[in-house]
Amino acid sequence: MSAANELTSTQRDDLRTVAAMIVPASDEYKVPGADDPAIQADMLATLGRDTALVAQALDHLARLAGQPLAELDAARRDDVAKEFRATGGAAAATLVRVVLQCYYRDDRVLRSLGLELRAPFPKGYVLEQGDWALLDPVKARPASLRRTP
Amino acid sequence: MNDPVDVLIIGAGASGAAVAWSLAETKMHILCLDQGGWMKPSEYPSTGRDWEAKFYGDWSTSPNIRGRPEDYPVNDDNSPIKVVNFNGVGGSTVMYTAHWPRLHPSDFKVRTLDGVADDWPIDYDALTPFFEENDRMMGVSGLSGDPLSPPTRPPMPPQPLGLSGPLIGKAMNKLGWHWWPSDTTVATMDYEGRARCINLGHCTPACAQGAKASTDITYWPHAIRAGVELKTHCRVREILTNEHGMASGVVYYDKDGVEQFQPAEVVIIACNGVGTPRLLLNSVSGRFPNGLANSSGLVGKNLMFHPYAQIYGFVKEPTDSNRAPPTCLWSKEFYDTDLSRGFVRGYGIQFGRGAGPVFEAVASEQKGILPWGADHHRVFRQLNGHRLAVSAICEDLPEEHNRVTLDPVLKDGHGIPAPKIDYTIGENSRKMMEHGLARGREILEAAGATDICINNPIPWGGWHLLGTARMGTDPARSVVNEWGRSHDVKNLFIVDGSVFVTSGGVNPTSTIQAIALYVADQMKQRLANLFD
Repeated sequence: MSAANELTSTQRDDLRTVAAMIVPASDEYKVPGADDPAIQADMLATLGRDTALVAQALDHLARLAGQPLAELDAARRDDVAKEFRATGGAAAATLVRVVLQCYYRDDRVLRSLGLELRAPFPKGYVLEQGDWALLDPVKARPASLRRTP
Repeated sequence: MNDPVDVLIIGAGASGAAVAWSLAETKMHILCLDQGGWMKPSEYPSTGRDWEAKFYGDWSTSPNIRGRPEDYPVNDDNSPIKVVNFNGVGGSTVMYTAHWPRLHPSDFKVRTLDGVADDWPIDYDALTPFFEENDRMMGVSGLSGDPLSPPTRPPMPPQPLGLSGPLIGKAMNKLGWHWWPSDTTVATMDYEGRARCINLGHCTPACAQGAKASTDITYWPHAIRAGVELKTHCRVREILTNEHGMASGVVYYDKDGVEQFQPAEVVIIACNGVGTPRLLLNSVSGRFPNGLANSSGLVGKNLMFHPYAQIYGFVKEPTDSNRAPPTCLWSKEFYDTDLSRGFVRGYGIQFGRGAGPVFEAVASEQKGILPWGADHHRVFRQLNGHRLAVSAICEDLPEEHNRVTLDPVLKDGHGIPAPKIDYTIGENSRKMMEHGLARGREILEAAGATDICINNPIPWGGWHLLGTARMGTDPARSVVNEWGRSHDVKNLFIVDGSVFVTSGGVNPTSTIQAIALYVADQMKQRLANLFD
C-alpha cells in the first residue's frame, strides 16, 4: 500500500510504463510519449488530490500484472492494460486522465497540434463573425410562440 | 449578539444579489450573509497553463469534488444526475455557461394547457419588466426577433457565429428546423465596467476577463454602494422563530467559526433549490417540528433538475474548440407539446462549439473512441478541434418522490447536516430525452459528423435546482405565496429556484433573477403591511 501523498518507486515505474502504452512517442508527429521525463515529472509534481486514486489504480495494475509492468512481454502487457481499463473503475479513469492532462499541456505536444503555448488569458482568441445570412430562412418564419389563456 | 437588521438575506448568488440591489432603495438596514468569499479573477483557471486540469479538481463544478471550505457536501448517490453549483459571492453565476433563455409564457400555464403539474400563481407578464431590468443589470448580448422565443431587447449584439455556428446553422436549415443565436450574459462590448469578451473559451469555471456576468461584478457593486452590507464566510445553520411564529433571526458561524446570532425583522432565503430546503429542514423547533415553513410537507419535495440528453460528434471542418464561449445557439423547434411525440411538454436545444485538448482526450478515451497506443495520435488529430455538441434540456415535471432531505450522517465543515438527494428520471422525461437524442443525431448527421457519442443524462448536469419550496396560493399545496412569502412565517421570503412550480425546458437563471426582482418589488409595494 502506498503513502497517501506520494507514489512508491515501483508505482512510478508502472506509471511510466502505462503512460507510454496510452500515448507512445511518435516520429511521424514529432511528439514524445507520455513516459517522457518532463511529462512524468509534471505528473508527479501535480498529482495532488489525485494521488490516492492514482496509487489505487497502480496497485490494481500491479495485481493484474503480477510483476513490474515493463517486464511483461508486449502481448501480455496489452491484455493487462485492457483488463485494467475494463475493471479499474474511477481509479483507472483518474490515472488515465492524469496522464492525458499532463501530456496535452506539454509544449512539444501543443506545438505539434498547432496550438499556442500559452494560457487563454489575457490574450484570448479571435472569433470570426461567420455567415449571418444563414439565419435568413429562420427570420422568415412566422412568429409562433404558444398562446396562453 | 449582533445589532438587529431590517432585512437579512442568506446567500449572495444570483437571486440574493438581485433582491439586495432592488431593496437597497428602501434605505432599510440590509445585511447579506454568504458562506463563501469574494472571488479573485487573477486565480481563475484560464490565467494558467493548467487551465483544463483545474476543471477536474479545485474548479470542478461538483462541490463534492471541489471540496473547498465554502462548499457543503451533497449526498447524491441515489440520483443519476449529480448536483453541481458554486459557493461564494456570485454563487453559481461564477460557474455557469451564461446561456440566457427565459421561461416561455406557456411555461406558467402547464396544467391549463397540457393537464399536467400545476399552473404558476403568476404569469409571464408579471415578470416582463423584471426580465428586462435584469437583462440590463446582468448585461445581456443577443439578437432580437427570434420567432419561437419571448421577445427580448438585449443591450449588446450577439456573439459571433464563429466556425461552429455556421456548421450548425447549415444543418438546421437543411432539416428546416428553428435555430437562433443564444442570448448570453457574455459582454460582446465594453459594458458597465466590464470588458468585452476576448474568447477565453473556458467560460464555465469563471471568466478572468470579467466579460461573463456574475453577480459579484454586476449587482453586488451597485448594492454595496447603495448601502447593503455583505458579510462573507458566514454559514447560516438555522433560522430561529419567536413566540409569535415569526422569524427572529439566524444562527451562523462567522469566518472564525464562532457561533453568532443575527436578529432580523425580515429574513430572505436565496440558497438555491438544494441549499434552501436544507436550511429550512435544519430549522426545527417545537412550533415547526418538521422544519420551518413546512406545514404543507412540501419543503424539499418536487425537486426538478432538467435532465440533459447530450449527443456529440466530429466533423471534418475545424470547429471553435475552446476558443469561444461554449454555447452559441439554441433551438426551440421541440419546445412545445406535440402529443404525437409520445410525451407532454418539450425541450430546448443548446449547441456546443467544442472543447479543449485535454477535455477532448479525456472524454474521448472514456468513450472508447480514442485508442491507446500507436494510433492514438492519428485519431486524436481527427477529433481535437472538430467536435460539435447538441444537448436537449428537457422539462422535468414535478414529482414529490424527487426530493431533498437531510442526510443522517453526512455533515459540512461546521457539523451542519448535509442535503441528501433522492431522484429518478420520470417516464415522460425519458421519452423526451430519447426524442432529443434522435433529433440530435439527425442534426449531427446533417452536419456530416461521425464518431457519435451520447451522454444520457449528462451525469454532472444537476445545475438547475428547482421546485423544492414551490410557489402557490394554496398553503396546503405550496410553501410560499404568489409573491414569495412563506405561508407559515409571515416575515420569511424565498427568492431562488426553489419557488419554481414547473421547470420549463430552458436554463432558469434569467427567470430566477426576474422572480427575485419581482418579489423585491412586491415587498416594496407592501412595506406598510408586509406581514398581514
